[in-house]
Parts: sequence; C-alpha cells; structure tokens
Amino acid sequence: MIVRGSERVLVQGITGRQGSFWTERMQAYGTSIMGGVNPKKAGSTHCGVPVYGSAHAAMDAEGFDVSVLFIPPLGVRDAALDAIEAGVKKLVVLTEHVPVQDVMYFLAAARERSIEVIGPNTAGLVTPGECFVGFMPAFNERIFRRGRIGVISRSGSLGTLVCLNLVRAGFGESAFIGIGGDPILGTTTRDALVTLDRDAQTDAVVIVGEIGGALEEEAAEYAHTMRKPVVAFIAGRASPPGKRMGHAGAIVMGARGSYDSKRTALERAGVTVLDTPSYVARAVSDALGR
Amino acid sequence: MNFEEYAAKPLLADAGIAVPKGVVASTAEQALRGAQMLGAVVIKAQVPTGKRGKAGGVRAVDTPERAAAAAREILGMAIGGHNVERVLIEQRADIKQELYAAVLNDSVSKGPLVLFSTLGGMDIEEAAATKPDAVRRGLVDIRSGFDRAAADRLLAGMDLAGAEGKIGDVLARLYEVYREHDAELVEINPLALTATGELIALDCKFVLDDSAVARQQALAQRGVPERLTDAERRGRELGLRYIELEGNVGVLANGAGLTMTTMDAVRHYGGQPANFLEIGGEAYTLAKPALELVLDNPRVKTLVINFCGAFARTDVMMEGVLSAWQELKPKIPAFFSVHGTGEDEAVQLLRERLQMEPFDLMDDAVKAAVEAAR
Repeated sequence: MIVRGSERVLVQGITGRQGSFWTERMQAYGTSIMGGVNPKKAGSTHCGVPVYGSAHAAMDAEGFDVSVLFIPPLGVRDAALDAIEAGVKKLVVLTEHVPVQDVMYFLAAARERSIEVIGPNTAGLVTPGECFVGFMPAFNERIFRRGRIGVISRSGSLGTLVCLNLVRAGFGESAFIGIGGDPILGTTTRDALVTLDRDAQTDAVVIVGEIGGALEEEAAEYAHTMRKPVVAFIAGRASPPGKRMGHAGAIVMGARGSYDSKRTALERAGVTVLDTPSYVARAVSDALGR
Repeated sequence: MNFEEYAAKPLLADAGIAVPKGVVASTAEQALRGAQMLGAVVIKAQVPTGKRGKAGGVRAVDTPERAAAAAREILGMAIGGHNVERVLIEQRADIKQELYAAVLNDSVSKGPLVLFSTLGGMDIEEAAATKPDAVRRGLVDIRSGFDRAAADRLLAGMDLAGAEGKIGDVLARLYEVYREHDAELVEINPLALTATGELIALDCKFVLDDSAVARQQALAQRGVPERLTDAERRGRELGLRYIELEGNVGVLANGAGLTMTTMDAVRHYGGQPANFLEIGGEAYTLAKPALELVLDNPRVKTLVINFCGAFARTDVMMEGVLSAWQELKPKIPAFFSVHGTGEDEAVQLLRERLQMEPFDLMDDAVKAAVEAAR
C-alpha cells in the first residue's frame, strides 16, 4: 500500500492524546485529513476538521479513501469493521497488542471487499513530499526525502535508521511501508514488495526484516522474479531462541523463523543481505550499479 | 502464555469434551491417595514443554504404592529446563486408536486452522510427512465459525470406523474452546478412541494469545508465568520488556527492531550483549528506570545507547538517561548514537551534561563499547 497526497484520510480516535498530536503533524506535512471519529464528540470540530460519530457517518457526510486507527487494542476490531463496512479503500492499524482473533476477524471482512490493510502494530506509511499516515518522523528531512528507493519495514525505529542512512548518502525514498511487528498482518513483506515492484517511482527496494514467522521467506520467492534490485537487513541474529523480542511476531521456534532460514532464502533469490544496517546505502549504490 | 496439561484440560471438560478422571499431586503421599481412588493410573509430570515421555516424566502403574514411588521419582526431575513441581494422576483409558485434533492461528491464511489426523501420538508435521491422507486441514472464516456441519465436511471420505459423528462433535467443541478463550493453539494429542467407542482427550496443550490477556484475566491466572529473573520481573512491573543475557555489553535502544539490531552489531563486532531492553512505543518516557535496570547487572562493563526517534522523542529519552546517570554515577564507559525526532536537543543535552559527543554511526559506538569491554 502506498498512500498519495490526494487521498482523503479519516482519523478514528482523533481526539485522544496521540490522535491529536499526530493528526496535527500529518496535516502540517500535507496529508489530506478530512475528519475524525469519536462517538462521544460527534458534531464538534477537532484539529480544524469535523468529528463524526462513526466512519459510516464520515462516509455519508464527505467521503474518505483511507482510515487510520488511533484506537486502544480492545476497540480495534469494531472500529476497523466500521471503516470497512463504510467503504474505506485503505486501512492503517497502528495499535499494538490487538488480540489475534480480532485481527483475523477484520482482515477476513477486509479481504472480502478487496480492502488493503496495513498493520496492526505499525508506525505507518510515508510518501515523502506528499503525505504520511501514522506516527513516523516524515517531516525530518534528514530521514525522509523524495527519491526512488522503496523501504519495507517490520519496525518503526529500525526502518527510520535505514531511511536516515539512505538520505545521508544522497538517496531519497519513493515510499516507506511499515508493515508492522505482529504475527498476522494485513500486508505482508511480499505484498509490499509487489507494490514497490509495480511502482514506477521506485528503482530499488530495501527490506528491513526480523526473526520470527516466514515473511522474508515468502518475499524471497517474489524477489527472485524481480528486475529491480533488492537489499535486505534482518534484525535478531544475536537473539536467543524461544524468547519474544519485543514484537509479538519476533520469536524463533525451532528452525522456523530463524535468521539463517531468512538469510538463505533471500540470498538464493539474489537479494543482498547486510550484516549491519549502517551500510545499506553503499549496498543500494552497488546494486544499482552507480 | 502456555498452560500445563492439568490447567488446560478443564477448558475441554467445560466444553463437553471427555477427559480422564484425575487429580493433581505435589507429593508422593497425595499421589498415593489419588491412585487409591482411581485404580490403574498414568502419572504425568506437569511442565510446559513437550517430550515428557522421552524424558521419563510419564509412567503407567497398576497399584497405589507404585504410583507413589513413580511420583516420588518424577517430582523434582528437570525436564527441558523445568523442575517438576506437580504430577497429574489420571485413570488409564482402554485405547483402541490414537487420533489428533487441534485449532490454531494460521499466519498464512490469516485465519483459524482446524487440524485432524488419524495418526495420534506423533506431531502433525510428522503425520503429514508419513501419511498425507491421514491428515485433514480446514481453513475457517472466523466470522462464520466452525460448527458440526463444517466438521462433517472436513472429515468426509475418511475411514473412521463409525466414529465420524463423535469426532466431528469434538472438533466443533474444540473450536469453541479456541474461540471462547482466545487460544493461539489448542491441541489434543492423543485423542483416544476407546474400546467402547468413546472419545477421550488424553493430553491437551493450550497457548493463550498474549495480546488477549487483557480480556482473559481470570484464565491467565491459571497459565504458566514466564520465568523471569528478579531484574526482568522489575522491568515487567515498570512496563519494560527486559531480558538478561550472558554478555557484558549493556544495550539501551528504542523499539524492538533497533534493540535487536544493536545486539546484533555487538555480536558482529566481537562482543556479547548483556541484555535486551526495549523502551519503544509509549515506554520511551521510561529511559531512566530502564538504564537503572541495565546498570544493576553486575556483568555490564560498558554500555551502548542507541536511539533513533520516530514516535519516540530522543530528547525525552536522553533526559531520562542523563538523570539516571547523574543519580547513579556509574563507573563504566557509555557510547551514544542518536538520530531522528528530537536529535538536535538530545545531542545538546549530552554535550551540556556529560561533555560527550555521540557517534555518527551506530557501528562506531558499538565497536568502541566492545573494545572497552575487553
């Protein structure tokens, strides 16, 4: 999923502390925020936009393309279903610790209507120079600058570091896609890779992966078919097996999800896998033959 | 969160799936009294790990005296790093055939997956490799669920010797257990078909989705608490995810991904990390207690502080680190790398309060820390 500056964005949970803070920043950067949702404050104005009682009401009033959820874990399922049934096209779920069966529930509803979902447990998306959705430091020009490298990341902080390294070396990003750190995600690494492969603004892709699950192995199958170069870093090589490393999805069980399994799969597909993220820009340069 | 067999089986029984009569014992005397009521029994170590049988933690005995002797041997055993503190004593079943049944979260289909196999007693991957025809996999749309009719469709065409109806009933009930209790996995292996044609769950594995603990609090009380060191427990109470490791290079970073990466870099440059400690998300305001935890570890000889602010503000984290530093006055060297949201203010704070410069590259901070720890 790539969000464009022309797309109209609804913020569910706009009146909360984080919702307000990040709505102001998204607006300042250029994201077209058309309104927010809080059933208790319907009819009021917040951050200069109308507050609706539901996503349905927002759709009836003005319409929107994208919705972003600043909603606590146990409220996410119903908020997501509200947006999905209202006809959202793209849904961004930032919340961490959403019960997995709730995630499955709204993902099934979204899939039925061909709605794209990012997350849960993501810092969001940045399209440098156009807009951002979530809580990324898009406005920091040392980290995000319009360019031609697509970045896919399971982690906000590490994805940020990689973007910083790219910009310092003179690159910029076509899109940053934070897919999230949960075990079950709306958009997988492979899905994001397909999007960036088809994106005319993108010349090369950086995958920031981590131990646990099979996202990188799945992505490797697709990378094998790509002409655009792909560079990857996988976090968690030094992590002990059987322990959950902060992200719910970051756990190695037996060989499944291990660093070696991911690295081998990516290297077999012709992807350059880095030992440390600091030299990502050099690897991208080499891969592009510059 | 894992559940031991004795804590998982009542969830099956409450849903109408038969389990053997049994009692829990933590002494040989209790085992003796239990076996006197139950007759021929199986004594099973209660530990949250598989392969109990191979480790000698499961014993079938015929008399109460032998039950007591077996319990005495099993109690206190170490199985997979877990000390056996209790045993489950269960009436033995007259087994005609062993089957397998499970429901779990499937990350590929992004929905529940129901598994059934006629090869009980072995794990499902092994069964699928040995005899693919013996295994059925049912993908479920969680919105419509998995009822008896769905179970019958899943089992259609299998030769189950007239037990199809009862198996279908167990599968539908097992799905209810999975749904009602927010399971990540619920597995019956083996599910025994007895000589009298009854189905009985001889073992049960239940894993609660950690993200659902907030709405399953009563149930979570019965799970196996994660084994934590004192410092790890203190971290948890503060809302920090702290894991003690073997090395001597302390690590403080924000966000799970960056923290893992900092540990990886320590290893890559020839050192060993002393801990994992994440202060990402809302926890970025907890840099002060976080640093106190890291410094409390006597093995820590040197420290890497690596911040890359997105949501987390590096100036707020730096303020926390510096106030802990000035309070505790640690005698170990620290090496910083700071980028992202709030970077300029954070670097200014570091200069003013510790007269230090951060390293531009995370790798250089890590190399210096590894060098200093030698």
